[in-house]
Amino acid sequence: MIALSDYLIVSAILFCVSMAGIFINRKSIIILLMCVELMLLAVNLNFIAFSHYLGDTAGQVFVFFILTVAAAEAAIGLAILVVLFRNRQSINVEDIGTLKG
Amino acid sequence: MSFEQILFYSYAALLLLAAGAVVTVRNPVRAALSLVGAFVASAGLWMLLEAEFLAIALVLVYVGAVMVLFLFVVMMLDIDIAALREGFARFLPIGAVVGLLVVGVMVMFLGGDYFGLQQTAAPERHAADYSNTEELGRVLYTVYVYPFEIAAVILLVAIVAAIVLTLRRRAGTKFQDVDEQVAVRRNDRIRLVSMAAEERK
Repeated sequence: MIALSDYLIVSAILFCVSMAGIFINRKSIIILLMCVELMLLAVNLNFIAFSHYLGDTAGQVFVFFILTVAAAEAAIGLAILVVLFRNRQSINVEDIGTLKG
Repeated sequence: MSFEQILFYSYAALLLLAAGAVVTVRNPVRAALSLVGAFVASAGLWMLLEAEFLAIALVLVYVGAVMVLFLFVVMMLDIDIAALREGFARFLPIGAVVGLLVVGVMVMFLGGDYFGLQQTAAPERHAADYSNTEELGRVLYTVYVYPFEIAAVILLVAIVAAIVLTLRRRAGTKFQDVDEQVAVRRNDRIRLVSMAAEERK
C-alpha cells in the first residue's frame, strides 16, 4: 500500500527541485516561469493527496481553482515576456533592472 | 511489490526526472517539452489518487493549452541561450545545497512517523460506477459557486490583459475603414464628363 507520506515526499522533492531551479536559472524568465508552474504542481499534488486520504473533496476544488489561477498567470506572464522582448530584444532578468527608473 | 506500487514509483520517478530536466537542460524548447512530461506523469499520480477529473483537466488544459503557449513563445522569441546560461555553474552549488537542506527538513516532517499508514490509513477504493466528475461538480456548483464565478472573472481578466498587453498599432498598416466605406456617395467616386462625338478613323 502507498502511504500518504510517499505522496508528500514526492511533492516535497518536486517543490525543492523547482526551487533550486529558480536559484540556478536566475537569468532566463521563461525557465523561471516554468519553475513556478512546477511549484504549483507540487502544491496541487499535496492537495489531492490529502483530499484522497482524508476523504474530503474540498482539496480537489482548491486544485481546480489553483489550476485556473496558474493558467491566468502563465498567460499574463508570457504576454509581459513578449512585450519585454519586443522592447529590449532580450529576456535576461538583469536587463529588467532598468525598470527601476 | 503490488501493481499500484509499481505504477506509483514509475510515475514518481518520471515526474522527478522530468522536473530535473526542466531546470538543467540548455535549450528552453527541451525544458518546455520536459515540463509536458512532468505534467503527464503527475496526471498519472492524480489518477492513482482517484482524482480522475483533475487528471484529465491537467492533461487537456496544461499539456494542450498552457504548454503549447509556452512553446509558442519560446519559439517565437529569438533567445540568446549562451547569455542566459551565464552563471549556471556558479549558482549550481548554492541551489543544490539549499534544495537538499529543504528536502531534508521536509522529509523529516512528512515521513512515515507522522503521515504513515498507521496515522492515515489508505481509504477504500471506490466502486467502478463511482464518478469523480459528478461529485466534484455537485460541490463546485453548490458550496463553491461564488468562488467558481470569481474564477471565471479571473480568466476573463487574463484574456483581456494578455490581448491588451501584446496588441500594438504599427504605423503604415493598411486596413479598411468601414464608416468611410458606408458613407461614400456616388459623387465621391464617379465624375461624368461630356465630350463631343468623334468620327471613327
